[in-house]
Amino acid sequence: MVTNDTHQVSAASLTFTEELSTGIYLIGFKRPFLFKAGQVIGIAMVQNGPRRLYSICSGEQDEEIHILYKVVDEGFLTPQLSDLETGDTIWVTEPSGEFTGDRDPAVWIATGTGVAPFYSMFRSGLAEQKRVILGNRYLEQFHFFDEFASLLGENYIRCCTAETDEGVYPGRVTQYLEEQLELDPKLKYYLCGSAEMVVESRDILISKGIPFDRIISEIYF
Amino acid sequence: MQEKLFGKTLEELKALSLNLGLPSFTGQQLCEWLYKKEATSFEQMTNLSKKARVLLSKNYELGLQDPEDEQESVDGTKKYLFPTGVGKFIETAYIPDGKRSTICVSSQVGCKMGCLFCMTGKQGFQGNLTAGEILNQYRSLPERKNLTNIVYMGMGEPLDNLSEVLKSLEVFTAEWGFSLSPRRITVSTIGITPAMLEFLNRSEAHLAISLHTPFDEERRKLMPVQQVYPLREVLKEIRSWDFGRQRRVSFEYILFKDYNDSAAHVNELSRILHGIRCRINLIRFHPIPDTPLESPTDSAIEEFRNKLNSKGITATIRASRGQDIWAACGLLSTKRLQKN
Repeated sequence: MVTNDTHQVSAASLTFTEELSTGIYLIGFKRPFLFKAGQVIGIAMVQNGPRRLYSICSGEQDEEIHILYKVVDEGFLTPQLSDLETGDTIWVTEPSGEFTGDRDPAVWIATGTGVAPFYSMFRSGLAEQKRVILGNRYLEQFHFFDEFASLLGENYIRCCTAETDEGVYPGRVTQYLEEQLELDPKLKYYLCGSAEMVVESRDILISKGIPFDRIISEIYF
Repeated sequence: MQEKLFGKTLEELKALSLNLGLPSFTGQQLCEWLYKKEATSFEQMTNLSKKARVLLSKNYELGLQDPEDEQESVDGTKKYLFPTGVGKFIETAYIPDGKRSTICVSSQVGCKMGCLFCMTGKQGFQGNLTAGEILNQYRSLPERKNLTNIVYMGMGEPLDNLSEVLKSLEVFTAEWGFSLSPRRITVSTIGITPAMLEFLNRSEAHLAISLHTPFDEERRKLMPVQQVYPLREVLKEIRSWDFGRQRRVSFEYILFKDYNDSAAHVNELSRILHGIRCRINLIRFHPIPDTPLESPTDSAIEEFRNKLNSKGITATIRASRGQDIWAACGLLSTKRLQKN
């Protein structure tokens, strides 16, 4: 989402940039504000330039704010972001948004960089009683695998469409959800990703008896 | 494929004329042919030199596109299918109502917003329309001479395609364009706050906001956008905006049985809209496949309207039109036609 809202922006100096997997980057800067895990910030290359919203991908107590993004070739921001180096400046808004988690039992479902808000919740101590279902095309795209797997064990599920490995579900997240015989209607189900994934997953959950008011969605637009 | 002229602004047409070695005023002449004289070929542009016509036709196409299909409802509403590129289609509704005739234009192929109650949302997102493709729905509508109103309430979220929507509004309303009054045009949004502010700044058209429930927690279950742009922020901006005497803000409220139709909803609507000169349009929910939501009865809708009116809120019930051909509010979709 391109945004140019009235939120104040401030300069942030990058403390690191890293290409985690092909075309997917993590960048960081010193945390200048408090936030709730799951919130977003706007990022711009210049002070009054057009901004895009990104979910924060670090914990509430972490010293740095991290942002996970995928380079979109035709995008106006990510190709420029991926050229930046440590010490370069970007412009960021204060955090906003209400896609925030809590300590209640829940299922977190995401594809691609939609993992970012859940990783933030995970890092913020909200991972207990959670099941995480992630979808990607390639195995290398399951970032933060070690951390998720070590804490969540069997409650960390990878759905991969182009590669296979032991313990990895071979197919899409939606296919995985379709195959689940029983889903607990008392849990909350959080969805984050593209419009297609969110809408399709939501329909599947509803068809399996999950009340729609237990489903909370954030769409990357 | 050649670049299309239809949908370009006067400035753009002047610039491209100069680039072709033609005088700048060719841009003005092109505007007249495209938007006033309704030319369908370069040959018809008889006040352009032959050289100009040849140059233009070598480098550009007009960009008009007739609908490929048409359905008519028992109530006279029509739904048109327009192709917008390889394997992509949009739908446009024409709604005659006595002396008033409205075209409901699409702004995107599909939609990213994922609202729970919307058929277009179930289609996912396949692309933004260009200004030319938005304007073509009006220009190529067989009933265009009858039209009195234009509403951006078809497929897609208009303010998620802001630049092309603003450009189309410029062509609709400019002296050199279709010269339509912006008071005949309404742009609907689910409330993307920054884009809404830019729209308010750069256009004179009316604004309609999809509200659907005054309670944040309920709204986030219906409309994912609530996570990012909460209703209270949208209303804060609306409250501080000077709409003047002529410009109108309205709120769209789809009624779902036993979900957003209680007395508590009336009270909360009254509270959050206090101080905003507005109207609420009540819309009966048109059920879509696999939806967990239900449509209320007509009497429940009337009762809800009466309660709002008794609170001093102007509320009207929008008649359902074109439901039998899937042209009614929230039912447009071309998912069945998409080719990946």
